[in-house]
Amino acid sequence: MEAAVQPGADEGQALQEALSRAVEEKIPLEIIGGGSKRFYGRRARGEPFHVAGHRGVVDYEPTELVVTARAGTPLQELEALLEAHGQMLAFEPPHFGETATLGGAIACGLSGPRRPYAGAARDFVLGVEYLNGKAERLHCGGRVMKNVAGYDVSRLMVGALGTLGVLLRVSLKVVPRPARELTLVLQTVPQDAIDQMNRWAGRPLPLSAACYADDQLYVRLSGTERGVRAARRSIGGDELPSGDRFWRDLREQRLAFFAGDAPLWRVSVPPAAPPASLSGAWLLDWGGAQRWLRGEQPVAAVREAAAAVGGHATLFRGGDRRGDVFHPLAPGLLALHRRLKRAFDPRGLLNPDRLCAPAPPAGGARD
Amino acid sequence: MNQPLSSDTDRRTQTQRLAGLFRRFMPRDGVLVDAEDLRPYECDGLSAYRRVPMMVLLPETVEQVQQALEVCSAERVPVVARGAGTGLSGGALPREDAVLLSLARFNRIVHIDPMNRVARVQPGVRNLAISEAAAPYGLYYAPDPSSQIACSIGGNVAENAGGVHCLKYGLTVHNLLEIKVITIEGEALTIGGQGLDAPGYDLLAVLTGSEGMLAVIVEVTVKLLPKPERAQVILAAFDRIEQAGNAVAAVIGAGIIPAGLEMMDNPAIRAAEDFVHAGYPTGAAAILLCELDGTDEEVSELIAQVRQLLVDHGASAVRAAKDDAERQRLWAGRKAAFPAVGRISPDYYCMDGTIPRAQLAHVLKRIGEMSAEYRLPVANVFHAGDGNLHPLILYDANVPGELERTEEFGGRILELCVEVGGTITGEHGVGVEKINQMCVQFREPELVQFHALKAAFDPRGLLNPGKAIPTLARCAEFGAMHVHGGKLPFPDIERF
Repeated sequence: MEAAVQPGADEGQALQEALSRAVEEKIPLEIIGGGSKRFYGRRARGEPFHVAGHRGVVDYEPTELVVTARAGTPLQELEALLEAHGQMLAFEPPHFGETATLGGAIACGLSGPRRPYAGAARDFVLGVEYLNGKAERLHCGGRVMKNVAGYDVSRLMVGALGTLGVLLRVSLKVVPRPARELTLVLQTVPQDAIDQMNRWAGRPLPLSAACYADDQLYVRLSGTERGVRAARRSIGGDELPSGDRFWRDLREQRLAFFAGDAPLWRVSVPPAAPPASLSGAWLLDWGGAQRWLRGEQPVAAVREAAAAVGGHATLFRGGDRRGDVFHPLAPGLLALHRRLKRAFDPRGLLNPDRLCAPAPPAGGARD
Repeated sequence: MNQPLSSDTDRRTQTQRLAGLFRRFMPRDGVLVDAEDLRPYECDGLSAYRRVPMMVLLPETVEQVQQALEVCSAERVPVVARGAGTGLSGGALPREDAVLLSLARFNRIVHIDPMNRVARVQPGVRNLAISEAAAPYGLYYAPDPSSQIACSIGGNVAENAGGVHCLKYGLTVHNLLEIKVITIEGEALTIGGQGLDAPGYDLLAVLTGSEGMLAVIVEVTVKLLPKPERAQVILAAFDRIEQAGNAVAAVIGAGIIPAGLEMMDNPAIRAAEDFVHAGYPTGAAAILLCELDGTDEEVSELIAQVRQLLVDHGASAVRAAKDDAERQRLWAGRKAAFPAVGRISPDYYCMDGTIPRAQLAHVLKRIGEMSAEYRLPVANVFHAGDGNLHPLILYDANVPGELERTEEFGGRILELCVEVGGTITGEHGVGVEKINQMCVQFREPELVQFHALKAAFDPRGLLNPGKAIPTLARCAEFGAMHVHGGKLPFPDIERF
């Protein structure tokens, strides 16, 4: 048993007091951690509210598989600490810059290539401490794996883009790093790649990533030495010597596909859905469940294609950041979102408009 | 319905009037109001609490659920939704002034999609039936609460049910893609999606484990996983509980995530062995059952590694099941632990706290001290991998004062779990049973925030009132008092 705790700075009280003042004066705030994912979501409105100073790992017990850290903790630092103990964040959060913080990763709720096989950011969040829109400092969840006391507000915060609360502290489940990983590459065409990735996923193979880019199918295997060796024989293809770098570049959007200024769409669909007939360049990640599209396609066409197979489309980068960046919600769901926003942030001060377009003025047609 | 009714006659008249409204659209036999028809619904798996509902509705279509909720909303009648009624915290306990909405007739598997590895099912489908339907494709549904032969998937979602394989495969919330729900106003909402995520807030997480307080579930899409090529279990015996706890930490510290990792203490071992003859060492202070799964090669490698770790950490005996029959036998003892304890004591009270695993020795020592103090024996079964502890307090309700002592003891165990950084319920839910302990785990503004969340879904508080989240008045009034415990019905159903 060993506990490792990183030094940091506890600015929880200062943040609460600052938020309290903003609430009193009804000042809308744009919550900023490392600023690495500021491009994501709708353009936020408000005074900058900097939270990265509240940092440091406060509790880490490797054999418990749980780490608790302040939200401003740099993701790099957290991951380095876990790595030193042979562990990792299984959802492989994208950093999109060296300043990325834990809080930002959780607020954005993004996950990397391992997601379909290991789980998403929300799957590993066990508890959070946060400031709601009344500047109250609240806890929910905890630092144990199983906990069904109270509504699951911790997971509600994941991907809420700071619109429901300012994250102060997050407890995450962590997992051991696999003993062996290797990446295989095979040549194929899109439809065959989709079929192949999903047939493999239906078999008990130690898959940890599968992606189709530039006419090549990339597969990562993770597990024990002998388990990975056996799976390699069954899958075939050639080993990619710099496999780690490939998956990191994919996660960080540093592959050639992501270069340039054309709008980038993230299309989330059932993994075996056939390739969409939209023109543009495609890259299929998550075994087919997360598809990236580059180009100037009409917004409506992308949305229709995603919805037709039961999925949704996000304008991830570029395009109009004041428009419908996220797939529009059904009217009943949108109304519920607005009621939830009011339940956590009655004055609408936390990252206003970042997730949903502003509600029509009182007396308007809806809500 | 909110005004007090002056007499039984008024109450009956009101019930008949409402029944008339429901009969306009419900199936012929789908509105129950007679006492003998209501009796079977008076409790769920926590039978110490019994109340006869005003009436029971058994809809067969989503439209009927919508219409029923519209009527309830318009008439301000509370609604308690019920799946198979196997829950252990009284989440589906009826109310005399409420409609009990049974989803039992929604029992169809709508679609299995082997390529996308999902199953779309109605909420009344039994947990195990999903895995059975997926088996021809080599797939299964991972969460396996011990009541899986009887419990429904709708109830699993409402309670965020766990099982012995949670450590590796997660709880219900980790294995869902989409649910269709009906709000108290009768509006149909689709939560989640057919892909791996959905736009907007993670309402799927909020609805999961919400104990019927936010909406009524009418369809569930779950993820299916490939069935592992091989699963093998190792049994290890220890002379001291601390050694078993250290061995668990060593296995996980070595980077191994077993499919299941269970611990039993000596009273639980002896009760289980007497009952099912699993071949447990009855002299051991504790045993561990460690199941490893994966490909054939992986399991061979892991079994050797785990065996060595267990020996290194003081196991007095280690045995790997040689075949599937032996594996089933070793698990049978663990799965029968609750009924086995039921055989040696007139009554028992099952707790469900979760603790950080490193606190295990401390918590068990404290439970042992309290056991002496209250003069009530305890048997412990423990989901050791994820820290979920089920102390079973043995008592006899016929001995005056013993039930009250048990309740107080149980409450103190839950408070101890909170004190060491854990929670009052790992997988059974709050329901009515642990509602007072919620006042220990959460502070007032946190409860206020929960109520605000609830009001965003159900502004008039008509869905399952009085469950899951205590009112501030209740916390103030009951303070440190402890609620009633319960004896489990269905003793033949396996319980973890």
